[in-house]
Amino acid sequence: MKQLRCLRYGLLALFLLLPSSCKSAPTPGGPSTVTLKVFNWGDYIDPDVTALFTQETGIEVIYTMFEANEDMYTSIKASGDVSHDVVIPSDYMIRKMINEDMLRKIDMGNIPNHALIDDRFKNLAFDPQNEYSVPYMWGTVGIAYNTTMVEAPITSWTALWDEQYQKNIFMMDSVRDSLGVALKMLGYSMNTKNEAELQEAYNKLVEQKPLVLAYTGDEVKDKMIAGEAALAVVYAGDAITISDENPDIAYVIPQEGSNLFVDSMCILKTAENPEAAEAFINFMCSTPIATRNWEYINYSSPQKEVIAQMPEEFQNSPARNPSAEDLARCEVFEDLAQTTQYYEDLWTRLIGA
Amino acid sequence: MKVLKSAYSGLIFLFLYAPIVVLIAFSFNAAKSRGVWGGFSFRWYESLVQNAEILHALRNTVVVALLSAVIATVIGTAAALGMHHMRRGLSNFMLNVTYLPVLNPDIVTGISLLILYVFIGINLGFSSLLLAHITFNIPYVILSVSPRLRGMNRHIFEAALDLGAGPAQAFFKVIVPEILPGIVNGFLLAVTLSIDDFVISFFTAGPGVSTLSITVYSMARKGIKPEINALSSIMFVVVLLLLLTVNIRAGRDVRRRAQTHVRSRSPRALSSRER
Amino acid sequence: MNRRLRLTAVPYALYALIFIVAPLLLILYYSLTTGQGTALSLDNFRRFFDPRDTVYLRVLWRSLWIAGVSTAICFVLGYPMAYILSQMKERTRNIISFLFILPMWMNFLLRTYAWMTLLERTGLINTVLKSLGLPPQEIMYTAGAVVLGNVYNFLPFMILPIYTSLTKLDRNLIEASEDLGAGRAVTFFRVIFPLSFPGIMSGLTMTFMPAVTTFIISKLLGGGQNALIGDLIEKQFKVAGDWGFGSAMSVILMVLILLSMNALSRYEKENAGGGLM
Repeated sequence: MKQLRCLRYGLLALFLLLPSSCKSAPTPGGPSTVTLKVFNWGDYIDPDVTALFTQETGIEVIYTMFEANEDMYTSIKASGDVSHDVVIPSDYMIRKMINEDMLRKIDMGNIPNHALIDDRFKNLAFDPQNEYSVPYMWGTVGIAYNTTMVEAPITSWTALWDEQYQKNIFMMDSVRDSLGVALKMLGYSMNTKNEAELQEAYNKLVEQKPLVLAYTGDEVKDKMIAGEAALAVVYAGDAITISDENPDIAYVIPQEGSNLFVDSMCILKTAENPEAAEAFINFMCSTPIATRNWEYINYSSPQKEVIAQMPEEFQNSPARNPSAEDLARCEVFEDLAQTTQYYEDLWTRLIGA
Repeated sequence: MKVLKSAYSGLIFLFLYAPIVVLIAFSFNAAKSRGVWGGFSFRWYESLVQNAEILHALRNTVVVALLSAVIATVIGTAAALGMHHMRRGLSNFMLNVTYLPVLNPDIVTGISLLILYVFIGINLGFSSLLLAHITFNIPYVILSVSPRLRGMNRHIFEAALDLGAGPAQAFFKVIVPEILPGIVNGFLLAVTLSIDDFVISFFTAGPGVSTLSITVYSMARKGIKPEINALSSIMFVVVLLLLLTVNIRAGRDVRRRAQTHVRSRSPRALSSRER
Repeated sequence: MNRRLRLTAVPYALYALIFIVAPLLLILYYSLTTGQGTALSLDNFRRFFDPRDTVYLRVLWRSLWIAGVSTAICFVLGYPMAYILSQMKERTRNIISFLFILPMWMNFLLRTYAWMTLLERTGLINTVLKSLGLPPQEIMYTAGAVVLGNVYNFLPFMILPIYTSLTKLDRNLIEASEDLGAGRAVTFFRVIFPLSFPGIMSGLTMTFMPAVTTFIISKLLGGGQNALIGDLIEKQFKVAGDWGFGSAMSVILMVLILLSMNALSRYEKENAGGGLM
């Protein structure tokens, strides 16, 4: 017994001896310091940026990450009124959150850098008046493939159903992205509410399941760099991260068309520090910071000056700068309203199958 | 036969320690990526000290563990005492309720608390995490204090009162010394369980509040930061060294210690490793 | 009996009411609700047990099957180890039993993650196999990988209780058996093995329980290809937002576990005495 006790004390002592240079837990209503809670996708910001913001403004940032829009939404719903100030969801989720009165109108007067956002990314369907969101990053969904493992360049979603790639495919562990792939391959809209079409897409995914190696999240980047599989459905920015480390990786937006997403910064209705939130959004849109984030994340930036300073070789990369032709075949996700539950049910069944 | 036995034990140990060796080896890997060996380096140990995310999680883990253990020890010890002096039927009923969080799968405990918080409107955050840890710690305190009370003379409390002690004095002077080992054991068990917990914290921690386990989990999905390997290696080596020194110093009384050791770990205490 | 002392249990009674009893009642309540309307119904349970669409039942079956196989392997590997351990000199076996616990001081998620590094196609095991000219093995993202993760994480829970019950054995019984002319094998199967039953029982429970309910091991090593009931529950709460269905699955899991624990402890009381704890 004595021995075990020593063991546990030792462990405790170790914890206590470690330097506690870390920031202390947020104390609501604490003295002078203002804290800002930011909720963003995993690996979706240059890690130094929040510290730079604190340096410049004195506002402490508490930064939390989510894995998927649905995950973020459920978490905010569950954590009640004091959750976050700034969130960075995608298009369709922003619409859903506006509909459910979860977002606060942004005072664009406080965000002079909004002028630096390219017009292509203003007045989009999910926020037609630019009242609730400021675009942060955008991109497409496509296939990253290892050129040493495929015979000819991949051009179509059907490659993901090709038996020669059995157990050589990574799909996304995300309901809309994966069902979207199947819908597009079948020639349907990614926003369909037609249950027969959805059922058909679901059947396709069930048929595909034996060929799939795993349904992954962010870890797909490490796996593709290591050469674990031939094909992976990824976001364009991740394809760039992968090919930076592994030059054998190519990216394609399949001919059937795909998803174009815009992730935008929003302020929650329940935000405790809307002013700080606006300051943060403005900061993120400034050219030096937008550049840093763009360089770190590799997703496409909607910021005009960042686009303008992009090196020439990036202009023709389908991952960094998709052609107008490619973009014309892409759809932006819409909020599915009541049909969301139907999508989720299909997805739960697919994972269970 | 002897060779066979040693070989078998060796294989089992190889199985148990292979991943740990890998982890420690990679904590010295100069390359960032798993699977690539970039030469020997201490860089992750250096950057560990500056990694705010990990240190924040470490701090939370320690604070939650200590606070929840202290609170659970106070409530649990009092509860054990009260239950000891109740009618049999009532105390049995309370004991059964106490067993529920011990026997229930962690995932069920986690989501049941999540539902409770949402239902009564407690915001997920640090306090929801703390309350959850207190909840799963109390039963262990009760279960380690109760046997001590059963082994105690029932009448010494009254004897103390008869001899002129006030109730508080009688409690602290007479009862506490008798059951102290049970209290200490319950407290330490609570600390250990709390540090280990993943599943319940995963469902009950609010945004911005993460423990080491939660941090490791979110990293496992997007690539483990090598600093975590460094931290775990330090913790592992410290535990190992402590163990060795204690073992070398105390050679006698081995058998009794080994037995109490194993017994002191209830199924949950052991299975908590999984969380 | 002192009346005043009884009152010290009151704070806990209140606490238990709010944080133990109420949450379980709430799960039960949620399991009877669906997203629409407030009327109670058994729809969630019907959905789970739907005979025309057995996908969820198959997940439950898979969870039980994978946990069963993992537990069986733990037993086959663990019993000999516990036996070898119990026959060692006291000092040695004390050190060695500590060595079994030591790995558990490292975060279990990290250790599971380390298995990824070992098992992947480009992982260490396959690299070694390749350099030896042997064919690479597909382990990662299979049911086998999940079983391996379970065995790895829960093997010590099998070894330790069996080891304890073996060391507590009355040596005289073994000597008596040998004096009466029984061979080593007979002594083992007729005396030692039956007497270690309480240890075996708690070993089985302590490995089977967490293996049925895990969702991390299947997520990290199974890659969504071998989803267990825990994965589905986690998904309903964390992503899909269908708390009713998630609660229903939790209720099913809870009933399953509590019933089997109850059966086991009854069995134990009849046979060897002493509860599971």
